[in-house]
Amino acid sequence: MNFGNGPRGSDVLVMGAGVIGAATAYFAAQQGLSVTVLDKGLPAGGTSSACEGNILVSDKELGPELELTRYSLGVWHNDLAEHKKLWEFESKGGIIVASRESSLASLNRVMAVQQGFGVDVEELDQAALREAEPHISREALGGASYREDCQVQPMLVAAHLVRLATEAGARFIADTPVTAFLRSGPGRSVSGRDGGRVTGVRTPRGDFPAGAVVNCTGTWAGELAALAGVEVPVLPRRGFVMVTEPLPPMVHHKVYAAEYIDNVGSSDAGLQASPVVEGTPSGTILIGSTRERVGFDRTVSTAALGLLARNATALFPFLERVKAIRHYHGFRPYCPDHLPVIGHDDRAPGLWHAAGHEGAGIGLSAGTGKLLAQALAGLTPDMDLTPFAPARFGESGAHTSAHREEATA
Amino acid sequence: MSDAVSSSTISVDVAVVGAGPAGLAAAVAAAEAGARVAVVDAGAQPGGQFWRHARETVQPEAADDQPDGHGHHGWSTYLDLRARFDAAQRAGRITYLPGLQVWMAEPGFTLHTTPAVASSGTVPATVTASRLVLCPGGYDRQLPVPGWELPGVMAAGGIQAFIKANGVLPGKRFVIAGTGPFLLPVAAGIAEAGGKVLAVLESSAPSAWLPHLAAASGVPGKALEGAEYAALFARHRIPYRTRSIVTEVLGSGRAEGVRTAKVDAEGRVRPGTGRAYTDVDVVGFGWGFTPQMELPVSLGVDTRIDADGSLVGVVDERQQSSVPGLFLAGEVTGVGGATLAVLEGLAAGAAAARPDSTTPVKQPAAITRHRRFAQAMHQAHPVPAAWPDWLTPDTTVCRCEEVTAGEITEARDNLGARDARSLKSFTRAGMGWCQGRVCGFAAACLGAGPGEAPDAGSLAGSAKRPLAAPVAIGELAALD
Amino acid sequence: MNPQPVTITFDGRPLTATAGQSVGAALASQGVTAWRSTRKGGKPRGLFCGIGVCFDCLVTVDGETNQRACLVEVCEGMEVEGS
Ligand SMILES: Cc1cc2nc3c(=O)[nH]c(=O)nc-3n(C[C@H](O)[C@H](O)[C@H](O)COP(=O)(O)OP(=O)(O)OC[C@H]3O[C@@H](n4cnc5c(N)ncnc54)[C@H](O)[C@@H]3O)c2cc1C
Ligand SMILES: Cc1cc2nc3c(=O)[nH]c(=O)nc-3n(C[C@H](O)[C@H](O)[C@H](O)COP(=O)(O)OP(=O)(O)OC[C@H]3O[C@@H](n4cnc5c(N)ncnc54)[C@H](O)[C@@H]3O)c2cc1C
Ligand code: FES
Repeated sequence: MNFGNGPRGSDVLVMGAGVIGAATAYFAAQQGLSVTVLDKGLPAGGTSSACEGNILVSDKELGPELELTRYSLGVWHNDLAEHKKLWEFESKGGIIVASRESSLASLNRVMAVQQGFGVDVEELDQAALREAEPHISREALGGASYREDCQVQPMLVAAHLVRLATEAGARFIADTPVTAFLRSGPGRSVSGRDGGRVTGVRTPRGDFPAGAVVNCTGTWAGELAALAGVEVPVLPRRGFVMVTEPLPPMVHHKVYAAEYIDNVGSSDAGLQASPVVEGTPSGTILIGSTRERVGFDRTVSTAALGLLARNATALFPFLERVKAIRHYHGFRPYCPDHLPVIGHDDRAPGLWHAAGHEGAGIGLSAGTGKLLAQALAGLTPDMDLTPFAPARFGESGAHTSAHREEATA
Repeated sequence: MSDAVSSSTISVDVAVVGAGPAGLAAAVAAAEAGARVAVVDAGAQPGGQFWRHARETVQPEAADDQPDGHGHHGWSTYLDLRARFDAAQRAGRITYLPGLQVWMAEPGFTLHTTPAVASSGTVPATVTASRLVLCPGGYDRQLPVPGWELPGVMAAGGIQAFIKANGVLPGKRFVIAGTGPFLLPVAAGIAEAGGKVLAVLESSAPSAWLPHLAAASGVPGKALEGAEYAALFARHRIPYRTRSIVTEVLGSGRAEGVRTAKVDAEGRVRPGTGRAYTDVDVVGFGWGFTPQMELPVSLGVDTRIDADGSLVGVVDERQQSSVPGLFLAGEVTGVGGATLAVLEGLAAGAAAARPDSTTPVKQPAAITRHRRFAQAMHQAHPVPAAWPDWLTPDTTVCRCEEVTAGEITEARDNLGARDARSLKSFTRAGMGWCQGRVCGFAAACLGAGPGEAPDAGSLAGSAKRPLAAPVAIGELAALD
Repeated sequence: MNPQPVTITFDGRPLTATAGQSVGAALASQGVTAWRSTRKGGKPRGLFCGIGVCFDCLVTVDGETNQRACLVEVCEGMEVEGS
């Protein structure tokens, strides 16, 4: 791995080596661009190491997010196919379970619409559900099976994509926080609202000039944007995940309750959780995850643990006697309209963003990286990035577009 | 848990975790200073690691007898503390909660517990207190070596605990290896119980340190201990080989022998010094101790690296940590043995009982002396810098997840991992059942790279275990 | 006073132990050194730390899986199974 020290210019400077920065660097290097990746710590030191590795089609809102997800899925399966083993890619499929007549009815409605959009979803009656997941609660009435849902080990994704990028000529430098932007224009070399073009970054290790600077700093993206004088409203949404003792295979898919989908797009600040229960190759079962807006509060919430535990045992009663051996939490980077920010920031020319992927950044990373790399190379991206444009936050950066849940309710 | 009785909440002035030397002393001191005290301990009866003894329910005389036959050092101290502990319990000043593991400590303080043995029928309790004394002790520190995952290989302290608690031996023919004065009582205990110790292999060469250091640091009792062990080793013909290590445990399906070698001061194997011991059925390893830091770390105490390379909590002269109201005593302030643990426990318990006392406290001179002795001992018995050279790429480092040394160095060299946390993310070392308690130190060393010692950040990352013990999801479901 | 002998079963076979002993001690002192095989490599494991820290010694006790053999005390009629 290239841990070179001296400042040096490059076509693209990627700030942040989470999954998003790693994928962006990888695909930019594939485009033949010279790339430098800086992180204030190591690869996968942020949210990418405090999440689950689900790549879900099943929980996506119709519209740009679903489109990006399906595009990304194609990238995982095709462009990255040869590396699947490196990050334990597994096509295990997801199952949504309904335990109430009312949720079964809404699940059926969602399925019908999704099918119309080409999502591979199949209805499971009670017997079929029980066959797919023999340990599911007796209360479960039926479900929906999503064969496209899959999973990866996210820390390995970030670390290997960075490594592969360096093998393709990129350079990665750890422990190098970006503290300011270099700007063109008279007398404005560093930072400032009305600076000129962004021409690189400043760090304690010196300046790194670059043709394009990409902000892939996840929950820190708002802070970094502010250094360039623009507002990108990325906020943290805390989530707890519980890990069980290793067991023989008991849960075969990613199994979650129908209520989960409502939860994902919610703007409610209170504590919410729907069980997403899944077995991992190492035998542990992951039970995720809560969603709450409490800033960057790291205190362990017994309320969150209790809620996760109750929801998980409702879905799989055998879990009651199973022991948790660990829990962890991370902060999802989210924008108020629940869409990521991907693309060039016209308010600060030279600055690009790829951040705010909320609870789907792992799944969306491959697609985000590839599309952004195309744009950075001056090509027309395979998919229109307009819905994700930073400009939607307005001149000052204030969020002006309608909240998605209002728009799609 | 479906058949668990709902847990109760106990509110006291001072909560103590651990009923070993430090915890017993802290509880007694706090109760005698007028505080209402609750003691939570994972063990089924008081004593901790050092004063472990046979089950009193089965052998009532075990409560008085010295558990390992020969002069059990400090047993009279135990009997005294135990009598005061029992008296305070009878007087209602101490609530003793044995058989419960604290799985989480919340600031302020609330202790959540779970039965250490699921089938024991022990009912979990929640304890709240405005002051908390953490005395969770430690466990044998381990360095991996080829073959150490074979059955029959045990922690040196584990062999001793086995003998003390069960009154039988886990095998017949033993080799004990590692470093530190603690290897002596382990071997002595085996010999006294009728086992054959083929050799004690000590990686350092602490030439005549004991009388010397003991006198210099003003702890004369330690010199006496040393002399007793020397006599005992002679009587049982136990060879004590310095600058020697086990390079490999041999056997198929279980330990059957060891290969050993002489090493230089850095721990590099000296060519041509190899020899083998066959017909061995138990191999005991101990490389000092690792303090159980998860509870102090989860409550946010300031930490430092002690002379033995362990992560420990920083305390003031009243044993108070950087978190107000949170006191630490025993191994978690620095591995230093039972006598020091008792002294610290007494100081911590007394201080926790009177939190508002403004009288300036001077650290008891005995604590200072024993700390000095412990530091000297650690310096005489370092973890050999070259230990990673003993590994082959396929040596298991993380026993739970079966992660090899080769996988770890590969993650370090190719993926940029360099601390316990990143190694865990990339290789699963430390992600299994024991949560890195056994491999954490070794993995942190390997991550730091050849010749480097792990820093506090790396060890704190490894000690970060949000669940201090496994807990049934059914029990968690009762939380709100 | 000599502690009472108790009979437990290990994988269905009767085994004599002593009251107050741990399951791990009962097994090891009868020459059973391994009772679990690892998930990945299928390697045998028994006691290691001896004090409840390493989880190498896991057994099923009266149907309750993943119990630490070094901590569980034997009692008459206890059914112990390896894993
Ligand atoms: C509990 C939970 C469960 C989740 N489950 C899933 C899931 O199943 N599937 C899924 O797709 N997504 C999931 N997510 C979401 C996913 O984890 C995130 O969307 C994703 O990790 C974001 O990646 P990132 O690269 O944008 O951010 P990060 O991984 O946080 O990376 C940002 C990087 O920027 C660096 N950085 C910050 N400031 C600076 C600076 N000044 N200079 C240099 N570097 C800097 C940081 O060190 C960090 O490495 C989950 C999230 C949580 C919290
Ligand atoms: C196996 C072993 C054998 C040893 N034998 C000797 C010896 O022969 N001679 C010698 O000089 N030194 C010996 N030592 C070192 C000696 O134990 C210490 O120096 C001394 O006991 C430290 O006292 P303590 O009170 O800090 O900890 P300990 O004696 O370790 O007591 C800690 C207590 O806290 C409990 N505990 C820990 N975590 C929790 C939790 N989360 N919830 C509830 N309870 C918890 C433990 O079960 C234990 O009972 C041994 C150490 C070990 C590990
Ligand atoms: S031997 Fe380590 S937990 Fe039982």
